[in-house]
Amino acid sequence: MNTESGEASAISIRNLVFERGDRAIFDHVDVEIPRGRITAIMGPSGTGKTTLLGLVTGRLHPSSGDIRVGGLPVQSLRTHELYALRMRMGVLFQNGALLTELSAFENVAFPLREHTDLSESMIHSLVLMKLQAVGLRGAADLMPAELSGGMARRVALARAIVMDPEFIFYDEPFTGLDPISMSAIVRLIRSLHKTLGLTTVIVSHDVDILEHLADDSYLFSEGKVVARGTPDELRKNRSRWVQQFIGGMADGPVPFHYPSREYDEELLGEDQWR
Amino acid sequence: MALIQQQVLRRGRTGLAAFGAAWLFFFRVLALLPRAFMRPLLVVEQVYALGNRTVPLVGLAGFFIGLVLALQLYGVLGRFGAASMLGPIIAITVLRELGPVITALLYAGRGGTALASEIGLMRATEQLSAMEMMAVDPVRRIIAPRFAGGIIAVPILNLLFDVVALFGAWMIAILAMHMDQGVFWGNMQASVGFMDDLVNGIIKSFIFGLAVNLVAVFEGFTAQSTAGGVARATTRTVVIASLAIFALDFVATAFMYQGV
Ligand SMILES: Nc1ncnc2c1ncn2[C@@H]1O[C@H](COP(=O)(O)OP(=O)(O)O)[C@@H](O)[C@H]1O
Ligand SMILES: [Mg+2]
Repeated sequence: MNTESGEASAISIRNLVFERGDRAIFDHVDVEIPRGRITAIMGPSGTGKTTLLGLVTGRLHPSSGDIRVGGLPVQSLRTHELYALRMRMGVLFQNGALLTELSAFENVAFPLREHTDLSESMIHSLVLMKLQAVGLRGAADLMPAELSGGMARRVALARAIVMDPEFIFYDEPFTGLDPISMSAIVRLIRSLHKTLGLTTVIVSHDVDILEHLADDSYLFSEGKVVARGTPDELRKNRSRWVQQFIGGMADGPVPFHYPSREYDEELLGEDQWR
Repeated sequence: MALIQQQVLRRGRTGLAAFGAAWLFFFRVLALLPRAFMRPLLVVEQVYALGNRTVPLVGLAGFFIGLVLALQLYGVLGRFGAASMLGPIIAITVLRELGPVITALLYAGRGGTALASEIGLMRATEQLSAMEMMAVDPVRRIIAPRFAGGIIAVPILNLLFDVVALFGAWMIAILAMHMDQGVFWGNMQASVGFMDDLVNGIIKSFIFGLAVNLVAVFEGFTAQSTAGGVARATTRTVVIASLAIFALDFVATAFMYQGV
């Protein structure tokens, strides 16, 4: 553990480089995520927020750089060490990613059945407890296809916390929800964070909601961190880029176009048959 | 020109890489098979799911093929005065070739595609990623039991095909052509070898089962996470598995029946 900085970061990313083809999704990025806080990772869609979660959870491998979660170097862990680390993480995928063949109850029970030898009655009470926490104890016997989007996400949330993780990652938890489900999820994220003593990371492009939720936030664009601070600090940030993102304006330094060659060159260019 | 060359090279390289990846994947699945059998319920569930889907298809196909073979051969053999050999010829054809090959082809079309699309869909809906995040190896939990179930199901389906095809042939020979029961079954018993015909047929069927199920789980597991990706995985399963069955049939036949 790093003793010099006093309180060690829960997650620390140094000099991260990650490429897809010729495009650098992350270009020498540093991120420090403090323990016990709610940190928001923001940025327009396509910047690599989901990719960042993949890197932190060891499903993707960076070209270079160092990623540490709970002090462990994620990309040099052996498979069983990585799996041991993942037991300490909960991830809520964008669409929930429930196992479609299993009922809501069995989905939440899945990690328990795979990793523990708990008795059937123990599993029963644990699962119902977690489903109660997300307000869906009554939906235990429904299949994923019978759940609404918001409900599926809450069941997935119950599943993500059933092993009592230290870290929890949310990928776009607010998209595609009606206002009521939305405020339910916001409340849940906050209460779970408090009661379980989690380190929470939320990936989202929804500035308005994160404002009331996050202790700290990072703003990403084109492979770089363009701003960091509490949502309030970001609001006061005078950078045109930050103002554009927070204000949600189409015009500004954030490009509307995906990087490409000059338009006229592509239409007229003679080098396309080379 | 250079562009085309580059493309060909890249295609070749990715083709080779895919082939290598398939082998690595195969060994990984094989290494996990024993652990799959340690949770036999998961495997039995898959034998049932995959086998059951293909039972009506294999049953009907076998029956009709038995009928057709008997109709065709009764006349042809009669011309050479060899109608009494109908039983053994049908039995040998079915047990050695038609049973294993057609069963495997039908299984590729029904069980194999179901397997590929199921796994591909789990990939597309991030169920496999979610499993990895729950520290559960999807190859162990999802792929291995399905592969195990599939390779058990195919030889059983093959036996079903054999029995039904012989029954169909018997119906034509005895009920329609009024052949003598004793001649039909007696000659069959006398010239059909347990080892050469029945066992070799089942071994073939097992080999085809390995190939079809490997292709199916590999295509599903490596499918692109889109609707088109899952569709492609399903189609490729049928195409690659069918070609593999014919090629392997030639190799197996060459090994098993040198002059038998
Ligand atoms: N499997 C993949 N193969 C190639 N490119 C990908 C893949 N996944 C994502 N990308 C690209 O990486 C970039 C970042 O994607 P992502 O992390 O999903 O963005 P975000 O979550 O911020 O919307 C996108 O431009 C996307 O096109
Ligand atoms: Mg995303």
